[in-house]
Amino acid sequence: MAEFSLPANSKIGKGKSWPAKTGGKNIKKFNIYRWNPDDGKTPQVDTYEIDLDECGPMVLDALIKIKNETDQTLTFRRSCREGICGSCAMNIDGTNTLACTKFIDDVKEEVNIYPLPHMSVVKDLVPDLNNAYAQLASVEPWLKSKTPPPPDKERKQTPEDRRKLDGLYECILCFSCATSCPSYWWNSDRYLGPAVLLQAYRWLIDSRDEATGERLDNLEDPFRLYRCHTIMNCSKTCPKGLNPAKAIAEIKKMMVARQG
Amino acid sequence: MLKSPLGQVRGLGSAKNGTHHWWAQRVTAVALVPLTLWFVFSLAFNVGGDFVAMQAWLATPSNAILMLLLIVATFHHLHLGVQVVIEDYIHAEGAKIAMMMVVKLGSFALAVAAGFAVLKVAFAA
Repeated sequence: MAEFSLPANSKIGKGKSWPAKTGGKNIKKFNIYRWNPDDGKTPQVDTYEIDLDECGPMVLDALIKIKNETDQTLTFRRSCREGICGSCAMNIDGTNTLACTKFIDDVKEEVNIYPLPHMSVVKDLVPDLNNAYAQLASVEPWLKSKTPPPPDKERKQTPEDRRKLDGLYECILCFSCATSCPSYWWNSDRYLGPAVLLQAYRWLIDSRDEATGERLDNLEDPFRLYRCHTIMNCSKTCPKGLNPAKAIAEIKKMMVARQG
Repeated sequence: MLKSPLGQVRGLGSAKNGTHHWWAQRVTAVALVPLTLWFVFSLAFNVGGDFVAMQAWLATPSNAILMLLLIVATFHHLHLGVQVVIEDYIHAEGAKIAMMMVVKLGSFALAVAAGFAVLKVAFAA
């Protein structure tokens, strides 16, 4: 039956408060989800006060400042700090986005920070992405072609065909979209989710690829593809401004087109 | 179970269907737009009419045929839609199969009953 009781560690308690050093004038509160698999406690939200006059403009700047100066145990992923690696995807102010490209000033009140929704948590703001990465691998996101490339030359593509990849190749696989999708929440064991389907479409419309039929065969499934019910959370939340919902709609159109 | 993440994702493989269901849901939705509008306007036009008046209305071949089409489209669309809801939310395999049967057989039985009622009234006129 449907699950009506909450799974373990769903109830979140109030945690520690870390006040700002005295003298600061531009204080902002950051409420951050904390969970440590080793201490046996349920999750809690710690509150950190930050003097914005001594902090960079982005949410990631605040997280790094906390880790450097206040609480070394705060755990999160980050790498490029410029929106190209996708590591620091998290739920900030109720929306999945990248901490490195989210301005602190864009959050009016206190800044609430949680891990990506409905994923297993490894620790604090670090979600377990093993399933999502396996789903990406399952669509075999690389060029598949029987025809060998011309000797000593690249495979050619018209500018028009190249433009079909715009809006797709920019995806950095942060999984903000997939983890904003209720269908993915309920059925992530079988539904591939918007991020992976956008990647699948990126290869489906690549003019150089020769495995379009096999790729569609692999997606022809009530769960893998058709759990998308077009509520469009994916396109709304994408920190790169991409449109996974449109990519999924295009896949469905290809499915109908090959029926005759 | 010690199975690699990729092994779990690949699972039993793709079902090789889903498109027919999705497309049928869209087609019945498109059919239901004019049929439902016709039905609502017809009922509004006949407000206050007694059984004899309704029977005469339903005895017209075009009305009886449109009623039957409305019934087929409605119940076909209904069972396709509810199936998706069950697949979304019911994850226990036994309960899922049981509910699916109730919905599928129930929709079919209701459609047949509704169609029979239309024919009975229409041909009794």
